[in-house]
Amino acid sequence: MLKINNLHAAIDGKDILKGLNLEVADGEVHAIMGPNGSGKSTLAQVLAGRETFTVTDGSVDWDGTDLLALPAEERARAGLFLAFQYPVEIPGVSNAYFLKAAVNAVRRHRGLPEFDAMDFLAKVKAEMKAVGMKEEFLYRSVNEGFSGGEKKRNEVLQMALLEPRLAVLDETDSGLDIDALKIVAEGVNRLRSPERSMIVITHYQRLLDYIVPDKVHVLSQGRIVRSGGRELALELEEHGYGWIDTAQGGKAGGASAGARP
Amino acid sequence: MNAPTRSDAIGAFLEQDYAAGFVTTLETDTVPKGLSEDVIRLISARKGEPDWLLDWRLEAYRHWLTMTPPKWAAVQFPPVDFQDIVYYSAPKSKKDGPKSLDEVDPELLRTFEKLGVPLHERARLAGVAVDAVFDSVSVATTFKKELGEHGVIFCSFSEAVKEHPELVRQYLGTVVPPEDNFYAALNSAVFSDGSFVFIPKGVKCPMELSTYFRINARDTGQFERTLIIAEEGASVSYLEGCTAPMRDENQLHAAVVELIALDDAKIKYSTVQNWYPGDKDGKGGIYNFVTKRGDCRGARSHISWTQVETGSAITWKYPSVILRGDSSVGDFHSVALTNNLQQADTGTKMIHMGRNTRSTILSKGISAGRGSNTFRGLVKVTPKAEGARNYTQCDSLLIGDRCAAHTFPTIEVRHPTAHVEHEATTSRIGEDQLFYAMQRGISAEDAVSMIVNGFCREVFKELPMEFAVEAQKLLGVSLEGSVG
Repeated sequence: MLKINNLHAAIDGKDILKGLNLEVADGEVHAIMGPNGSGKSTLAQVLAGRETFTVTDGSVDWDGTDLLALPAEERARAGLFLAFQYPVEIPGVSNAYFLKAAVNAVRRHRGLPEFDAMDFLAKVKAEMKAVGMKEEFLYRSVNEGFSGGEKKRNEVLQMALLEPRLAVLDETDSGLDIDALKIVAEGVNRLRSPERSMIVITHYQRLLDYIVPDKVHVLSQGRIVRSGGRELALELEEHGYGWIDTAQGGKAGGASAGARP
Repeated sequence: MNAPTRSDAIGAFLEQDYAAGFVTTLETDTVPKGLSEDVIRLISARKGEPDWLLDWRLEAYRHWLTMTPPKWAAVQFPPVDFQDIVYYSAPKSKKDGPKSLDEVDPELLRTFEKLGVPLHERARLAGVAVDAVFDSVSVATTFKKELGEHGVIFCSFSEAVKEHPELVRQYLGTVVPPEDNFYAALNSAVFSDGSFVFIPKGVKCPMELSTYFRINARDTGQFERTLIIAEEGASVSYLEGCTAPMRDENQLHAAVVELIALDDAKIKYSTVQNWYPGDKDGKGGIYNFVTKRGDCRGARSHISWTQVETGSAITWKYPSVILRGDSSVGDFHSVALTNNLQQADTGTKMIHMGRNTRSTILSKGISAGRGSNTFRGLVKVTPKAEGARNYTQCDSLLIGDRCAAHTFPTIEVRHPTAHVEHEATTSRIGEDQLFYAMQRGISAEDAVSMIVNGFCREVFKELPMEFAVEAQKLLGVSLEGSVG
């Protein structure tokens, strides 16, 4: 269970998250939607432990652990995975080498034996097949020269290999055509399980046709302003984000977070 | 509430010691500090050299007196007092010199063993012959007998002067003449030892050859000389490694390396240079002022330089190739890393003289801490070099925001058919790359090491396998304190 309580975060002295509350139970998939600049990506990066953001207030409890006290790599080893909106290129480092280093770092942490080259190859090839990636991508430099879709598939591949307890997908749908979107969504759906929670961040409703969330939250100006079921996403699609702001402004004092539909 | 910072984690990993920084205590035979004709005569006499060599040294010395140290490199250091250096220091031995390993001081053997260069038969590196040079003398050369069966000569320079004077006399100074530059002239006057390699016509050297240079004595300069000759159709792969103790004073290392490749010969020369770089405040360290040059004297000959330079307070070094023979090939592959206050001004010269000559320059400079890293290159196509081709790629990687990288390429083309390409990039280890790797569970230190090794991969590929692994490890250690 992930409990985010009154989270405030800033970058370069500018407040982005301004008292965000969210609870995600084991096995649930939550979608977070919101207009550009509402703080969606900031939430993803803060959860993953990026140091360019400063947490100024609030807490994040993850199964009894103070998540914010852990450095990024320990969060990752403990099972937090972030699928990047813009996956990073690392020239000269083969994808195979990178993936194996990551998988073994996580396995060591979990007290599991490290994969040797043969075991790892067998495992990674099977997972690649599932996300429709050609084997040659193992031997290319990490994300270098990958198309947008290939990069996103590579993220889903890593998620499958690292078997996280909590996966945060940051606009995994951006820049994908419909076919790529379906493949990525299938990859994600395959990983849904009662032990694994997911936070799916997206600007568009479209992704939620393929990854059906248990709950939908709307983020605006650093707070969750509406929460609901899938139908909330459809409402948003129909009315646009302006509708949320109007609804917010129409309420007395409109600042109370976590308003219910 | 904030997590421990990434910079702390990297800093901790990078605060690794210079592992080769110990001192061996030995009785030594050392000449007094200072340089004069008498000192040169003394060195020559200690080594029992013939008159022609003494004359050659003296002539170089007289020429050196008329020269001034080069000032054009992008490095800064106080003037070196050449009278405050010991020009010859050798471990004392009971007899004239050890005849076999059994006669070598066990303390010396332990030193090399500690450096990972075991000289004893049973522990020797498989398939690699080693010449071990300690301060001014060669201590031992392994596998000489096995090499001799193939006609390969691999011995210390002093021994070559005694055993093969005609070869030494024929080739010495023909690639780097004594008057070539200030440090080459100095070396020619006072050089003490080094390695000599001769591969006869048609022979492919059956194993890797290597020389391990160790500076130990205080206030001593090391001036070694290496001469490698590959006759027609011969080939050899040679590697040198270097370390020195940690001392607060700067020590001078001014070597000369000459390579000669006749028709269809191939020489591959690799260097893993890890001289003591000085401490994090820039105190101490080796001044590495070296002249290395290869002469592709024969048609279709091929000389390839690969260097991994992680040590030394200051590096001034331009391994070059004179492409004299038609269709000859020259390569230069370099990784140079500067951390803390290290300075490197390194690069190459490719002089195209023959027709259809080809050269490739691949330089990877890494600057960390307050390090300064300069690539200086010359590609020269002379009027007779019809169809010459060169490809140059210079990449710089910056770690942190207090370091510097410079590139000074010079291209002189005097033939209209020449084809010369130059590419250069500068990048920084991104916070985004580090975060990406760490988000996958990879530690900060492993992530830095992975990114740097990825950057150098094209050069490491050129090193013999065992040394490529060594070079990767070295790079990790040398990045000490480079972030944060």
